[in-house]
Amino acid sequence: MQLVLEKRAERSATIALISPLIAIGLTIATLCIVFAVLGKNPIAALAVYFIDPLTDGYSLQEIAVKATPLVMIAIGLSLCYLANAWNIGAEGQFLIGAVAGSWLAVKTQGTDAGHWVLPAMLVLGAAAGALYALIPAICKVRFGASEILTSLMLVYVADLLLDYLVRGPWRDPQGFNFPTTAEFDPVATVPTLIEGGRLHLGSIIALFVVAAGAVLLGRTIKGFEIRVVGAAPRAARFGGFNANQLVLLTFAISGALAGLAGIIEVAGPVGHLQPGISPGYGFTAIIVAFLGRLNPIGILIAGLFLALTFIGGEQAQIAMKIPLDVTKVFQGILLFYVLACDSLILYRFRLISSSPKVQSGAH
Amino acid sequence: MPDTTSAAQHTGATPLLQTVGLTKRYGSFLANDKIDLDIRPQEIHALLGENGAGKSTLVKTIYGLIQPSEGEIRWQGRTIVLSGPSDARAHGIGMVFQHFSLFDNLTVAENVALGLDGKEPFKDMSARLEQVSRTYGLPLDPKREVWQLSVGERQRIEIVRALMQNPQFLILDEPTAVLTPQEADQLFIVLNRLKAEGRAILYISHKLDEVKRLCDTATILRGGRKVETCNPRAETAASLARMMVGGEIMEVKAAASRQITVPRLLVNDLSLTPDDPHGIRLEHISFELRGGEILGIAGVAGNGQDELFAALSGERLAKDPGTIVIDGHAAGHLSITRRRKLGAAFIPEERLGHGTAPRMRLSENALLTGHAIGNMVLHGFVNTAATLKTVDRTTETFDVRKAKRDPEAASLSGGNLQKFIVGREILRDPVVLIVNQPTWGVDAGAAAVIRQALLDLAAGGAAVLVTSQDLDELAEITDRIAVMFHGRLSAPVPTAEASRETLGLLMGGSSIEAPETPHATRA
Repeated sequence: MQLVLEKRAERSATIALISPLIAIGLTIATLCIVFAVLGKNPIAALAVYFIDPLTDGYSLQEIAVKATPLVMIAIGLSLCYLANAWNIGAEGQFLIGAVAGSWLAVKTQGTDAGHWVLPAMLVLGAAAGALYALIPAICKVRFGASEILTSLMLVYVADLLLDYLVRGPWRDPQGFNFPTTAEFDPVATVPTLIEGGRLHLGSIIALFVVAAGAVLLGRTIKGFEIRVVGAAPRAARFGGFNANQLVLLTFAISGALAGLAGIIEVAGPVGHLQPGISPGYGFTAIIVAFLGRLNPIGILIAGLFLALTFIGGEQAQIAMKIPLDVTKVFQGILLFYVLACDSLILYRFRLISSSPKVQSGAH
Repeated sequence: MPDTTSAAQHTGATPLLQTVGLTKRYGSFLANDKIDLDIRPQEIHALLGENGAGKSTLVKTIYGLIQPSEGEIRWQGRTIVLSGPSDARAHGIGMVFQHFSLFDNLTVAENVALGLDGKEPFKDMSARLEQVSRTYGLPLDPKREVWQLSVGERQRIEIVRALMQNPQFLILDEPTAVLTPQEADQLFIVLNRLKAEGRAILYISHKLDEVKRLCDTATILRGGRKVETCNPRAETAASLARMMVGGEIMEVKAAASRQITVPRLLVNDLSLTPDDPHGIRLEHISFELRGGEILGIAGVAGNGQDELFAALSGERLAKDPGTIVIDGHAAGHLSITRRRKLGAAFIPEERLGHGTAPRMRLSENALLTGHAIGNMVLHGFVNTAATLKTVDRTTETFDVRKAKRDPEAASLSGGNLQKFIVGREILRDPVVLIVNQPTWGVDAGAAAVIRQALLDLAAGGAAVLVTSQDLDELAEITDRIAVMFHGRLSAPVPTAEASRETLGLLMGGSSIEAPETPHATRA
């Protein structure tokens, strides 16, 4: 007997839906082994990770707060990936968006600037993210530079720029030399949705982005162009679609969404600019995009799930002294399994007999 | 059945190679179903069948590339198991593939060396290469790099490479598909000589006249099964075709009279340098195509047909707008979408990946070329109902067979997908249709439907440009024929006056003013 991977005539819609679930199952199984090796009770650890955060209101709000940037970034990334443009630098675009929006907050600090400040900050954040993403996109289109490398390297540039600003020119004079800006004024802060809660307007914007993404991809000719360019580049050119133009467009959109997520994060849950505003949202969003099948609704679900792992990871560290890095291990293993399970959409396993005689009575 | 010409008589009873009940299964699909084949020494044995009949699977099994699910292969009466092509070669089985496996940047000798076992010193091998090629009348310069050679010369490398292993049995997969008629004649001389030396040849083809001329025996496959083994010289081309197809083929009928009207497509001194360094430069191409007319472009593959299609379709733009005029509008600088808006339609050679996105549904593939005009897109939004309607109309008009209403393009058979693509373009009522290899790799039934559709389109007043390597096809449907060679196009001549010999000479570059050396044009 022999196990072979056989090509399917059509992509399997069923597998496309359940492949992420298989991947999550395999990841959890692997995680159990990791917990056992760490000397923890796997069942108890899983409960802390995946069940406990769902049982109290504070954690639920926190999941939504963490999912907000993940979903917004992942929607943008999914457009890039569908168009075969590999933006790996959403983390950098997120940080640049945060920096650009914060500039206005810092400049208007203590003045009597009105309610135009926050909308202007959001626009600045999105515009800066888009421009920053266009750097690798233009390098790719004009010079053939690998956007994977250039977009990734620009993450570190953005990170160091933010670090310089909050340690230098923008540092809060009353901040006891901590590398942070002063708390933003109320007009420069994203309003919360529940009095005294953490849930904020950004989550509504994220839902709007999901809806817009779904319409763009599913209903418009532009969305069709993005999908064809990625799926069959030569057919796309025959269709009259310009791949280079779409690289620029998808990078700009994904950069804008990452930048918007960045300024919302700073002007919302964090409240000021400081290093470490992102626990790696821009990278985790890559996993969210693939786990969500590059589909907006899928991304919403996947974003909530990965936000859960952030919260669960924090709680597991407090309750069971499991290192926080296990969360990153989890996310890495998950991406690995998602990509592996995806091959089942186009292929299937088949047991075949290696001895010809067994099949002789088959027909 | 008169069997006087068959070689089988004067060569003993033991076949050189025999397959007994050879079966190959892919899942529930039977690519080969219990095939018995006897090949004797000194025999040229034709393997006939439509695309998908199982010819390739059968020869790949005999060459050791595929392991059979059932049945066995006997070599000189003894059962053998072939673990791979090198095993087959060790027994004395050689094969020349339809698609060459040559490295463009290596010399002839280096390419041959790569295909041999490598125990022989390079210098000796090179000398033997020259000797073998001279002996069989297949002249080759071992020191030339492959990219400088014509397709016919490249095929010679493959044949010489196979002959250097001194095979008793040689398999040739559609060898004349890439040759001019004269080159094919030369090949037949070589094959007859190999036969006289006592070797056997399995000759895969779908050109029935050729088979009748060359082959002693013919085995016909259909749907994975052997239909018949016969003497092709005792059959007519029509009776062979019936066995291949399993029924009568629709006859293509040209309209009694077609109104030749105004020029719909003008090409004025079009020259274009290729992006690809080994591509073909288009040189001063000019022709005029009128409404109601079908112009054929013949030529061996790789002489600039793909480059011409790209230039005419707008996938590559010309600098001077006036070089291409579509229905009275200068279009050389216009994108493919703008040209479609002028009423042009295009059908490329590659169905999957160029004409369609393989993993997208037919409705989405209708949108691929249909978005330019009509009601498929409104204010940037896709009108799904309109795209599905195109699929349904195409299915109905062109008899596209598919498992469900809107499957992925890749799940259709070649013939049905080609009917879909042709239908998709024709139902838009184009004034100019430019089509490359309209029936390449398509079953005879679908090919007839497609040729008829092209004739009907022209009868309706459209101008049709057909590029094809199949001279029979061009003879059947075109009004005038031009020949492409090294990026140049000969002056079109009326099809009725064009003899195969003349066309063959033009395809070989004889009477077009060719540049001094092919080297210079390609560099």
